Amino acid sequence: MAAQLKDAAQVDSATWFRVANFLADYAHRLDDGLIDDWTGFFTQDAVYQVTTRENFEAGYPIGIMLCEGRGMMEDRVLALKTANVFEPHTHCHILGRPDLRPAPDGTIAARSNFSVYRTMESGATELFALGKYLDRIVFEGGQPRFRERRVILDSRCIDVLMVFPL
Amino acid sequence: MNPTTASSLSEPLAWPEGGVARVPFRVFSDAEIYALEQERIFRGPIWNFLCMEADVARPGDVRTTWVGETPVVVTRDQDGKLHAMVNRCAHKGALVCLKQKENRESLTCVYHAWNYSLDGKLQSVAFRNGLKGKGGMPEDFDPSKHRLQPLRVATFCGLVFGTFSEETEPLEDYLGAPMAKFIARNLGRPLKVLGVHSQMIHNNWKLYAENVRDSYHATLLHTFYTTFKVNRLDMDGGIILSDKKWHHISYTKRATLQAEKEYETVHAGQYQSQLAGPELLRAWDEFDDGITHSIQTVFPTLVVHFTLNSLAVRYFVPRGVDKTELYWVFLGYERDDAAQQRMRVMQGNLTGAAGLVSLEDGCINEFVQRGTHGSPDEEAFIEMGGKVAESNESSRATEASVRGFWHGYRNIMGFN
Ligand code: FES
Ligand SMILES: [Fe+2]
Repeated sequence: MAAQLKDAAQVDSATWFRVANFLADYAHRLDDGLIDDWTGFFTQDAVYQVTTRENFEAGYPIGIMLCEGRGMMEDRVLALKTANVFEPHTHCHILGRPDLRPAPDGTIAARSNFSVYRTMESGATELFALGKYLDRIVFEGGQPRFRERRVILDSRCIDVLMVFPL
Repeated sequence: MNPTTASSLSEPLAWPEGGVARVPFRVFSDAEIYALEQERIFRGPIWNFLCMEADVARPGDVRTTWVGETPVVVTRDQDGKLHAMVNRCAHKGALVCLKQKENRESLTCVYHAWNYSLDGKLQSVAFRNGLKGKGGMPEDFDPSKHRLQPLRVATFCGLVFGTFSEETEPLEDYLGAPMAKFIARNLGRPLKVLGVHSQMIHNNWKLYAENVRDSYHATLLHTFYTTFKVNRLDMDGGIILSDKKWHHISYTKRATLQAEKEYETVHAGQYQSQLAGPELLRAWDEFDDGITHSIQTVFPTLVVHFTLNSLAVRYFVPRGVDKTELYWVFLGYERDDAAQQRMRVMQGNLTGAAGLVSLEDGCINEFVQRGTHGSPDEEAFIEMGGKVAESNESSRATEASVRGFWHGYRNIMGFN
């Protein structure tokens, strides 16, 4: 499970910039509606989870969304494009400065805060989600990818529903 | 049938002709009706779900919850006995407990430090005798006359219920034998909480109560159910209503699917896909009765669902006439092995706020709220499967349990 490594130094600045760009690119593509690009940010066997601080701290395994492997992520994308029914809306991520440290297993342990605003068909824009990303990032063929991305929401309560990944 | 009225409303409600097959839209947006429900239903002769027994497993455990809009606290005292009381100080009415869960020896109000034992009795009052002989409570102050307002408490299969009314029948009678037996099937062994969260839905609480009883919509709106053959109306299944018709069970036997061509023409039948991540639906047969999917309700606000191996308790709390908070408590059994727990965790993706089959319910009731708001004199037409509220063990192409809800609702509200 991704955790902050408080005692490790930050990654070197060249790596830091590449990973920071990668994190920003992830958010911008989701915000631009390029949902088909989403799974490409992950390794084949990656874990993606959205959960709450309450579940995370209690060690409960069931949160809001859990994908183990890119196949399950692709199913999510297919479901939201063809099966799920919801009122159209868009997300806008605001990212905090990432903390990036080399982990003993060779991955980069990343933590960054985020807020996501949701804009509905009615025109209303509201804060939808707030929390932190806890990530494990690896380089595959020179390209950063998530091996693990845990999205920890501060609130236990989701407004209306969640269909798009954060 | 003559339209009848409820007298405590400034404008009496005339229930439409057509009885339980009609619902006046006014009941979803009228603030007076909402207030009357607090009195007649939530503080009336019914058992309200309060929390899981697991939330108050140890002596000193304290759990805050709600009965309708009233804040309530559930405690377990040092002798292991459960108590429930209104979370409202006997002094000036402040909330006494602020955290969702904690463990305490006694309850102290932060405002003026009145202290209560875990059964809600007032133990001490700060500065009762004043300071330096001055101030303090009057001579006739009697702490035994002040306490946290108690509710009666009862438990069944790990569920804690409370009632404000002395008239409420014993819990097992309230549930009735068929309902109690099915709860025992699903929850009658040591439980393990696997996850919790809630969802704010922007609709009157009764729209969710209807929705969860609506076996007609489930396989039409929730495309994922249909496509992956988790639940379809061309599988054997049925509806069982309680005596008062306000609780229900809807069940499905997946192995009995005989694909009907009716499904080819609806949106829900169009989505063709193999799962790229088949672990999502990996399941095992837990029971030998063939039932692979069930939803059960207990009036007014409790739901137990068992979809494949995904077991959860849901309960919903009215947060205003057009707002409801829906809570999800995902469960497993203590006896589960690692592989079984993993299947429950994976299937956890099916339900909840982002559930592949349930997320539509987060918005669909709001669509009804918005559609009906401003048309209080119009009414819903609920005749799928007939005009009466009766059990149906051969088909779920029916709105019988929805009519059952309105049957019970009209009786308890006096809208007859
Ligand atoms: S309001 Fe609780 S002690 Fe005064
Ligand atoms: Fe539904």
